[in-house]
Amino acid sequence: MSKTKEKLINKKGLRVDGRKPEELRPIRFEIGLLDKANGSVYMEQGNNKILAAIYGPRELHPRHLALQDRALLRCRYHMAPFSVDERKSPAPSRREIELSKVIREALEPAVFTELYPRTSIDVFIEVLQSDGGSRCAGMTAASLALADAGIPLRDLVVACAAGKVDGQVVLDLNDAEDKLGEADMPLALFPQSDSVMLLQMDGTLSQEEFEKAFNLAIEGCKRIYGMQKEALKAKYSVKKEDLEDLEGGKEG
Amino acid sequence: MPLLVEKRQLVTPGDLIAEGEYRAGENTYERDGKIYASKIGAFDSRDNTVYVIALKGFYIPETDDLVIGKVIDISLSGWIVDINAPYNAMLFVSEVFERSFNPRKDELTEVFDVGGMLLAKVAAFDRTRDPVLTLRGPGLGKITHGRIVEITPTKIPRLIGKKGSMIDLVKKGTGCQIVVGKNGLVLIRGKKPEDEASAIKIIRIIEEEAHTSGLTNRIGELIKKLKNEVGISVQDKGKTDQ
Amino acid sequence: MDSSEIIPKVVRKGISNLLVQDKRLDGRGLTEYRPIKVETGIIDKAAGSALVSLGKTKVLVGVKVETGEPFSDSPDEGALTVNAELLPLASPVFEPGPPDENSIELARIVDRGVRESKAVDLKELCIVHGKKVFVVYIDIYILDHDGNLIDASAIASIAALINSKMSNYTVKKDGELEYTSGTRALPLQNYPIAVTMAKIDGKFIVDPSLEEEKLIDARLTIALDQDGNICAMQKGGIGTFSTADILEATKIAREKSGELRKIVLGK
Repeated sequence: MSKTKEKLINKKGLRVDGRKPEELRPIRFEIGLLDKANGSVYMEQGNNKILAAIYGPRELHPRHLALQDRALLRCRYHMAPFSVDERKSPAPSRREIELSKVIREALEPAVFTELYPRTSIDVFIEVLQSDGGSRCAGMTAASLALADAGIPLRDLVVACAAGKVDGQVVLDLNDAEDKLGEADMPLALFPQSDSVMLLQMDGTLSQEEFEKAFNLAIEGCKRIYGMQKEALKAKYSVKKEDLEDLEGGKEG
Repeated sequence: MPLLVEKRQLVTPGDLIAEGEYRAGENTYERDGKIYASKIGAFDSRDNTVYVIALKGFYIPETDDLVIGKVIDISLSGWIVDINAPYNAMLFVSEVFERSFNPRKDELTEVFDVGGMLLAKVAAFDRTRDPVLTLRGPGLGKITHGRIVEITPTKIPRLIGKKGSMIDLVKKGTGCQIVVGKNGLVLIRGKKPEDEASAIKIIRIIEEEAHTSGLTNRIGELIKKLKNEVGISVQDKGKTDQ
Repeated sequence: MDSSEIIPKVVRKGISNLLVQDKRLDGRGLTEYRPIKVETGIIDKAAGSALVSLGKTKVLVGVKVETGEPFSDSPDEGALTVNAELLPLASPVFEPGPPDENSIELARIVDRGVRESKAVDLKELCIVHGKKVFVVYIDIYILDHDGNLIDASAIASIAALINSKMSNYTVKKDGELEYTSGTRALPLQNYPIAVTMAKIDGKFIVDPSLEEEKLIDARLTIALDQDGNICAMQKGGIGTFSTADILEATKIAREKSGELRKIVLGK
C-alpha cells in the first residue's frame, strides 16, 4: 500500500476514470451468442466482461434433489483465473460460493419456477474480466439470459452498486474505488415493484450517506433496466406485419 | 379500461400491458388487477384475453401433439423417450404389446432400442407426472430412414405457414416428405441425399429469417435456384409462386 | 449419460450415406476444417488472450505471467503450466466441479505441444538461478462445445502466447526483480499446431464436429511444430487405429497444420 493516499476524486469532482459521481460506466450487451446454452448474454460494464448462460428447465439428476412443486434454481458465480490482476486459482473460493448464493436468492423470486416442477434451471455466471461490481453485472446479465432462454419471468432483475469514495457518495464503483474507498453497496432490484432482491454492504456509511447511496443505486438500477429492455428489443425486433403468420404458440 | 400496448408491439418480461377487466392469457400474469408480460414477444388480444406470442420458448407437451422422439432408456414398464422438452416421456409396454403380455427387457430392445427414433403422439401430460406417448394413429411408429433437424419451437408456425403454405412450398420444391413435430424436430425423407440436404438448407433459412418480410418469395426463389444447381429429382408440377 | 450423447441410428445411417460420397453432415469434405475465427487481446488483465471460434466451438485462453520458484529439475528455466476448464455453460454434459479426466487430458495434450516444441524459450524466463523464475500460466476456458476442443484450444493457446506482453525488467545484483517501463513480448521461438482426426466407416476425417464425435470410437491428435517435427501425439477413445492408419494420419496432420499455422500467424 502506498504511503500517500491516492485521490480518487480530483479537484474538478471527477473520478479516476473521468466520470462524475453519479455516472455509470459504459454498458453493452450481446444476447444469444452461445450455441449450446438455452439462453446466453455477454455483458461489458466498464472493464467488467461477464458471460451469463442458462440451461433449463431440464430434467434434474440426481432425482432426489428435485422439488415436487417447482423447478430448482441453481446458480454458479465463478471468476476466470485471468480475470483479475494476480492469477486466481480456478477452484471456487469462499467469496464465489457466497456470491453464488446471494445471486440465486435475488434471481429466484423473478422466475416462475412453479410452472416446471421436478426440473432444474441452471444459471452460470463467468467473470472473464473483473473490475469491481462484477456480482451486479453478473446478475443483470443472468436475468437477461433467463429472458433469452424463454423462461417466464415476473420482471427482469437489475443490479447496481453505490458507495462512498473520498468522502463522496458515488455510483457504480470500479475495482480501485471499491478497494480504496470507504463503502461499497451492491443492490439488486425488481424495478416494477421497487422490491430489493439483494443488498450487501462493506464499509461505513452514516444514515444520511446510506440514504443517498441507496437512492443513487436504485436510480442506477432503473437506468440499466432501460438498457436491458432495449437490448432485448433490438435482438428480437420484428416488423408488425410479419407477425401475421404467428399463431399463439404452445410453448412453456 | 385501456390496453396499454398496441397489438403486435414487442414486449419484454415485466412490461405492464393491461389494467382492469382483462384475462391474463398465455405468457402473461396478473397481479393486483394489472397484467404483465412474462416473456419477450408480440402483444396480442382476443375478446377479453390479452396474451403474448413468445419469440423465444421451449416445448411443453400438450395432449394430441405430434412429436418426434429418441429412445434414451428402457425399463421394464417401457421406453423412456427424449422429446426435446424439460420432461422425458414414457412409452408404455402396453402401447406395443398385448395387455397381458409381460415382456423381458431384451424383447423390448428388439422393438425399439436406445437411439431409436419414433413418431408419436402425446397421450397425456400434466405437470405432476411425465408425459405419456402413444403410437396409435396413422403414420406413427419407428422412424427408419431420413434426416432429422431441430428448430426452435416458436418458429414452427412460420415453417408451416398460413394453412401449410410454406411447408408445402418446401415439400413440392424438394420432392421430400416432411413431417414437422410440435416439439421442434422435423423429419425429412427424400429420394436422394441431395434433396434432403436442400430441404434442410431451406428449413434453416426459414428458421433464421422467420420474422422478416418477403420470406415466402425469397424461399420460392431459393428453391428455383437450388433446382438448377443440384438438379433436384422432382417433376416441376407447375409454378409455385405465392 | 446425457440423452444428447445418444446418436439415433437414423442419423448414423445418414452420416454413413454421406461418407460414401466423401461428404459430411455439414457439407464439409473429409479433410476440411470448419471456419476459424481468432480474436486476440480481449482480456486486458491477462498478459495475453485469444478467443477462437472453430465452427460453433468457442474457446477463450488467457495467459498470465507471474513470478515463482523453478521446478527442481530445471533450476535455470521458467515454468509453464496449462490448465483447462470445461465450463458447465459450454455444454449440457459438463458439470461444475474440479477438472475431470477429460479436462485434464485436454490440458496435458496442449501442454505437450507447447512444451515439446519449446514454443516458449523457458531459459529466457529465468530471473535468479534456482530461486526465482517467471511462470507462464495458460488457462483454457471452454465456452461453447461443438466438437474438437483440442484443436481449438491449441490454436487459442498459441494465439494468446503470441498476443502476450510482459513488463520489461532488470535483475539487480541482490537478485531482486525490478520492473522498468515498457513491455516486451514473450520469448517465443516456435508455433505448434494440433490436428485431431478420427475414422468413421474406414475414412479419416479432420476436425470432428460434436455430432461426429459422438459416433467415433477413437481419435488421434498429432501436433507439429513450424519445422515439420511432430511434437505431440495422443490417441483417445476405446477404438483402434491400424499402423497404416497412423502413417496416413501423420501425412494429413502435416498438411493441415501448415494451413492452420498460416491462419494463426496471419492474425
